[in-house]
Amino acid sequence: MQAVHHDVIVIGGGLAGLRAAVELADSGINSAVVSRVHPLRSHSVAAEGGINAALGNAEESASDSPEIHAYDTVKGSDYLADQDAVEILVREGIDRVYEMEHWGTPFSRTDDGRIAQRAFGGGTYHRTCYSADKTGHALLTTLYERSIKEGVVVYEEHLVVRLVLKNGRTAGVVALDLLRGKLVGIGARALVFAGGGFGRTYRHTTNAHINTGLGTAVPYWAGVPLKDMEFVQFHPTSLPGTSILITEGVRGEGGILRNASGERFMSRYVKMQPPDLAPRDIVTRSMMTEIEEGRGFNGPWGPYLNLDVTHLPKRIIEERLGGIRELSQSFADIDPERKPIPVIPAQHYSMGGISTDNNGATPVPGVFAAGESACVSVHGANRLGGNSLLETLVFGRRAGISAASYVKKNDIPFDDALVEQEVSAFGDYVQGLFSREGGKKIFDLESELQAIMEEGVGIFRNRDGLSNALERLKDLRKRVWNTGVSVHALRYNLEFVRAMDLRAMTDLAIAGTKGALLRNESRGAHFRRDFRERNDEEWMKHTVATFTPEGPLISYDPVRVTKFEPTRRVY
Amino acid sequence: MMEKGKVHFRIFRFDPDNDKRYHYDEYDVETLPGEVVLSALLDIHKKVDPTLSFKYSCRMAVCGSCGMVINGQQRLACRTQLSSLNGSEVVVEPLSSMPVVKDLVVDMGKFFANMKNIQPYLIRHSADPDKEVLQSPDEWRRIDRLVDCISCGVCTTACPVFWTNHSYLGPAALVKAYRFLSDSRDEGYNEHMEQVALDNGALTCKDAYQCTVSCPKSINPQEAIEGLRAMMLRKRTWEKIHCQSAEQAITTTS
Repeated sequence: MQAVHHDVIVIGGGLAGLRAAVELADSGINSAVVSRVHPLRSHSVAAEGGINAALGNAEESASDSPEIHAYDTVKGSDYLADQDAVEILVREGIDRVYEMEHWGTPFSRTDDGRIAQRAFGGGTYHRTCYSADKTGHALLTTLYERSIKEGVVVYEEHLVVRLVLKNGRTAGVVALDLLRGKLVGIGARALVFAGGGFGRTYRHTTNAHINTGLGTAVPYWAGVPLKDMEFVQFHPTSLPGTSILITEGVRGEGGILRNASGERFMSRYVKMQPPDLAPRDIVTRSMMTEIEEGRGFNGPWGPYLNLDVTHLPKRIIEERLGGIRELSQSFADIDPERKPIPVIPAQHYSMGGISTDNNGATPVPGVFAAGESACVSVHGANRLGGNSLLETLVFGRRAGISAASYVKKNDIPFDDALVEQEVSAFGDYVQGLFSREGGKKIFDLESELQAIMEEGVGIFRNRDGLSNALERLKDLRKRVWNTGVSVHALRYNLEFVRAMDLRAMTDLAIAGTKGALLRNESRGAHFRRDFRERNDEEWMKHTVATFTPEGPLISYDPVRVTKFEPTRRVY
Repeated sequence: MMEKGKVHFRIFRFDPDNDKRYHYDEYDVETLPGEVVLSALLDIHKKVDPTLSFKYSCRMAVCGSCGMVINGQQRLACRTQLSSLNGSEVVVEPLSSMPVVKDLVVDMGKFFANMKNIQPYLIRHSADPDKEVLQSPDEWRRIDRLVDCISCGVCTTACPVFWTNHSYLGPAALVKAYRFLSDSRDEGYNEHMEQVALDNGALTCKDAYQCTVSCPKSINPQEAIEGLRAMMLRKRTWEKIHCQSAEQAITTTS
């Protein structure tokens, strides 16, 4: 078999991965993207509301600045973000947004032709640049177009299943070519992991079916540590039943959250105006409190609240919220111009991920990461809406630059024989899976996992719930790793894919649950009913999880504070 | 209207590793009100038949993965409500005329290759300003609908001209060309037009309107193709390109 290798392999073809790949192609590095789906199918495509940058284009935001954006981000993170990283995010973010505009992103416009900006949760000013309510789609399409121009090579529909190391350094990956049903080895001197989040560990998530975290688990299994896995964002507004995302941009454009009595309840929880635009962790907890105290609606899919835009001018809904209108009509049979949209919080984003420095580097030589699968950390304990798209571009590019300079400095010879050996070892592993029971069992275990996470590691947490969840997960893990696969061919074998996904989701869930159980405080999205306050004296630190088959080893890293001393977080 | 409760599915099956030819498998699926074709397929895969292969991801009509033929019409499985389908059964088949990889999974290679032929990226010859290239809201509105394309392949594989001629760029690639040619920031008229004005470009369309009927994002590719033809006429692109190639032909032969 002809050995394939590249200096750098990027795993994931979403915004972070493609931005890294464009940077690598631009600097003449022999590189390629390996993605389980065509790049345009990546979950970045589903981002709706926008991307933050202190351009000061909106009338309301003329006095905005990167410093204020940094402050909002740090406060939003409940002071867990690394402030030097946040400064990079807000400063370089401006260049990245203009660059995407130059590459063709169809941003909505102000009357004088500049990039339009809207209000978003936790932002002092109108700072969120948008392309109607389909900003992720607009950015991903543009970046894919740019990748065609730059001649980026893509291995489409290849599922990366193993990281190959030689003497502790990157040597390549093993992947399953889904269309041909063959395991392939790809040698590489450096890898950039950008496989997105792991929302599917929860039953109710806005995430796509592919967001299982396999691209995070593969380096984790190989010894790359994870950071802050206990911080999981629950988005306030998703459609009941399907958990399809209804963007924060709806509230940014003037949408109001109402309970069953029609009351704008958010004004009871925060003083800021408009109260509906508090950060996501706060809005989500307020909504769940309304429901727990009996002020929600009951529907066929369980309790919900209303998101009301019926008072907005028709033109705003048509021009800026057309996607939401389409989703509400197609998936909830509601025309938001006439009736409020039913909404309920759902898992949305993983603040934690592969632990990286400000250049995307991990402690393992040659392994880099960016985007939602990484944790720098710029989002800390709670991400502000509009900052994730920004992170993908800023740190995707940085990871690309770092990987390029790493391979220029480290001219390690490719070891095709080793990669082939790993392919054959994985082939044996697959044969082992074929000899054990799979089928429906895989999906039953997946449902069990999702139920454990939702019950024990959700919006409100406590010691009993978390320790019970951890025990159940440990027991589940044994059964998960003992399942096999009943379909014995690899060509587009979805059962095999889901069996791998399930292993990834289980181990990431355990890492997050253990971190959550140990963290005896409430900070951002991690809310403990038994420790309701933030505790900076003991917990101003990042949780780091290192994989062992017996369970994650937990250690802690300091938070880097530059300009903003932690104070009480009040909105 | 489908009867709520139980729905009968006939699904196209083909496994190139084991089958000499395709066949259909039948499944009865318990469904809930408001259920879509994709969730029924997921149910079949999880509970009844793990061998079934199909593509899916976002389940909200934006990733473009789950294009397939449902009761004879090219659609997205994730946004096709079972209650919207007529007849006593749901027949699910792969996107028309594309090479079948397995079951409902097709190889979209040619579809994306055609798109690459129109130089699908913003082309500018002027230097970029420090900030954004200005574009008025009216100029933005000209591309607003066109940029909604999710590259699902529904329009192109619904086109009868494409069925018999995969070299025809097809509606999706032509929409992409029209998107750039309509963008006030773009300066690449000749580059985007190069393939559009030749055989297998905009003039190869036979006005079957299937693209416009089937587009899940209501883009109206037919209108875009008419727009391209109008541009070509206005700028006399067709004559220029064909006269040029005639001249080249004369020079080469003489």
